[in-house]
Amino acid sequence: MDLATILQILDSTIRLATPLLLACLAGLYSERAGVVDIGLEGKMLAAAFVSAAVAALTGSVWIGLVAGIAGAVALALIHGLASITFRGNQLISGVAINFLAGGLTVLIAQNLFQQGGRTPSLTGGARFTPITLPFADALRDVPVIGQLYSVLLSGHSVLVYVALLSVPLTWWVLYRTRFGLRLRAVGENPAAVDTAGVPVTGLRYAAVIIAGVLTGLAGAYLATGLAAGFVKDMTAGRGFIALAALIFAKWRPVQALWATLLFGLLEAIANRYQSVELGGIVIPVQLMQALPYILTVIILAGFVGKAIPPRAGGEAYVKER
Amino acid sequence: MVIDTQTGRQAAAAPAPAIELRGISKSFGPVQANKDISIRVEKGSIHGIIGENGAGKSTLMSILYGFYRADAGEILINGAPVDIPDSQAAIRAGIGMVFQHFKLVENFSVLENIILGAEDGALLRPSLSKARRALMDLAREYELNVDPEALIENLSVGHQQRVEILKALYRQADILILDEPTGVLTPAEADHLFRILRNLKREGKTIILITHKLREIMEITDAVSVMRRGEMISTVRTAETTPEQLAELMVGRKVLLRVQKTPAKPGATVLEVENLRVVDDKGVERLRGIDLTLRAGEILGIAGVAGNGQSELLEVLAGITTGTGSAWLNGTPLDLTGRTSDGQTRRESGVAHVPEDRHRRGLILDFAAWENVAFGYHHRPDYQKNAIFMDNAALLQDTAAKMARFDVRPPNPRLAARNFSGGNQQKIVLAREIERNPDLLLIGQPTRGVDIGAIEFIHQRIVELRDAGKAILLVSVELDEILSLSDRIAVMFDGRIMGERLPGDADERELGLLMAGMKGGPA
Repeated sequence: MDLATILQILDSTIRLATPLLLACLAGLYSERAGVVDIGLEGKMLAAAFVSAAVAALTGSVWIGLVAGIAGAVALALIHGLASITFRGNQLISGVAINFLAGGLTVLIAQNLFQQGGRTPSLTGGARFTPITLPFADALRDVPVIGQLYSVLLSGHSVLVYVALLSVPLTWWVLYRTRFGLRLRAVGENPAAVDTAGVPVTGLRYAAVIIAGVLTGLAGAYLATGLAAGFVKDMTAGRGFIALAALIFAKWRPVQALWATLLFGLLEAIANRYQSVELGGIVIPVQLMQALPYILTVIILAGFVGKAIPPRAGGEAYVKER
Repeated sequence: MVIDTQTGRQAAAAPAPAIELRGISKSFGPVQANKDISIRVEKGSIHGIIGENGAGKSTLMSILYGFYRADAGEILINGAPVDIPDSQAAIRAGIGMVFQHFKLVENFSVLENIILGAEDGALLRPSLSKARRALMDLAREYELNVDPEALIENLSVGHQQRVEILKALYRQADILILDEPTGVLTPAEADHLFRILRNLKREGKTIILITHKLREIMEITDAVSVMRRGEMISTVRTAETTPEQLAELMVGRKVLLRVQKTPAKPGATVLEVENLRVVDDKGVERLRGIDLTLRAGEILGIAGVAGNGQSELLEVLAGITTGTGSAWLNGTPLDLTGRTSDGQTRRESGVAHVPEDRHRRGLILDFAAWENVAFGYHHRPDYQKNAIFMDNAALLQDTAAKMARFDVRPPNPRLAARNFSGGNQQKIVLAREIERNPDLLLIGQPTRGVDIGAIEFIHQRIVELRDAGKAILLVSVELDEILSLSDRIAVMFDGRIMGERLPGDADERELGLLMAGMKGGPA
């Protein structure tokens, strides 16, 4: 394997890890605040569709992005209403959102565009285009470091950089701000927050809305950055892989970056080597494509170690003495 | 302003009371938890509030802390009427609350817990350093030393409680409400807490102490209010009352505070335990070599602060968990490894178990009383109609009889266990375990969360069982209970028995030292 191939795989790792990372951070905010979010998948899917549809109709990817985020936030608010205000079961609410998004996107897409549940292919200003970082072209010929910079870091769409910057930002918010302290506290012991005179509901809604924004970014990136339009079920379980990565990362932002990069790498490898020959046996393409999912199971089953979730996760807060 | 801190008495030029409640009423559905409650708490005094479970103490304090809104009535702080719709408003009004179950974030540091909700800005660093300085001052002033950087989960219960007090003081609380603060403390820790409270009082803070321990009321309060069934029965100056009088006011009838019993007449050895060890699922050794003997017709009381292995001792003997070492019941070895034994076989061999946590282990709260009475004995022949069906009619009848004998109220076998009060739930468990006539009764925290009236009854039953020649292993964190019931006392600390005493010889200070892990005096 030469350097160019490795760079190519790593380059595609970053692109494939981006939606996972955004969704994983979305889950991190939500679950750190004590709201289990199994609806990452549905929110991403809804955002993917809305952003692609609006971008196709308006010709502007930016309007599409805003619409996609709004779509995901709307679903997030439904989740919030069900699980925070009405104290419903958070898993059921999340599953419902996944079903809702899965069905509605295709239905509306078919109604709007009559293309079998797809949006039209996006071109030009309706898609995110790669950004060339400063000096990337000049450094292209510098061995290794220059190549890493110009090939690996440069040349992604703006959402990739947003995702990468979200990691330190999330860390800072969680551990250095008042909001972060309260957010973490409300996921561990909402009674402590409540008796300290801070409303639990407001914090949890804030977390859920942030999760909506981040899944909105993730979905928009899928449909308008990674691909050129929406297709049915295009999230393909990424919301669940993001959840797995979240557990793998033990609900910490920097570890979330590494975890999602790992899953991105697996996906990149599976895409690059459609069929591999090992000692005369050809590994079928299906197995290669299933690899990220298989590894998800293996990692979750055995390699995570003791992952302690936020202690109040999944429970609606009821005032008690 | 003149503040008569010495007595808390209303002097001629008396300032307005720190707290005055006027006609507070609160109902939950058909249940009236507080009926027209009026009370005055003088500035700079320690005011006790006592009452049985369900008397409405906690509801009243929750209204004061903004958890509930009163249906009617008025709250005055320092003479001015205030509205307390939420905890935020309570904190603003200068009220701090130390709950019985601490409201701390376990994996946060002390500092983080203290600033939570009282941060000075959007960023944490300035708040943290300010709190660090404030904490040092408070520690010096009130003997409230805690390591500010320690994680809550690594602190002892006593220290966690100090964090709660510090939290309130950091929020400039002038009025501190403590709900059953000593339930989880060693005697030494409780003494320290009382010292802190006296320091706070000296600085002019007002303290409300909710407790059911009459001894504490007598020791530290200036005035005491008694509640019964949602009503404020009376407020008296502590110096002018007696524990007996208070108990009578609480229950509404004369109560025996002392258990009446004759000296034990120990018979043959029922239980013998040698080098018993238990390792929990985290790999921590919770019992580190326990030796004990227990004879027929005696009560062996195990004293100690919660979490020093008493629970594990009960559970391994009851066959719920496994351990190593040896134990004999009436001379027959018990299988501690769990390979050929479990709770069921242990019960067959004559061991009854009244678990410490009756909600988790003793009852299924959503099941009816008669179903709960059957548990563990449901396969016994007298409950079977034939090979397939249980004889529910017989069971109901049996339960009704047991409920009558144990004075369970309401005497309705079909009522879900959840709907009985703590004392009546405990009586259901006791009826189930005692009436099977066990050779050995393992009983943990027999009167936790139980009203004084029921305590008296339960204690009598335990003594009666002893007098019937049964062996009783009693675990309790209430030292008073251990002292009044036991024929012998063993003190546990950190998985070991620190020493054995006879209740007549034991003084509380010495037992307290043993409970804290210090060998006091000759063993």
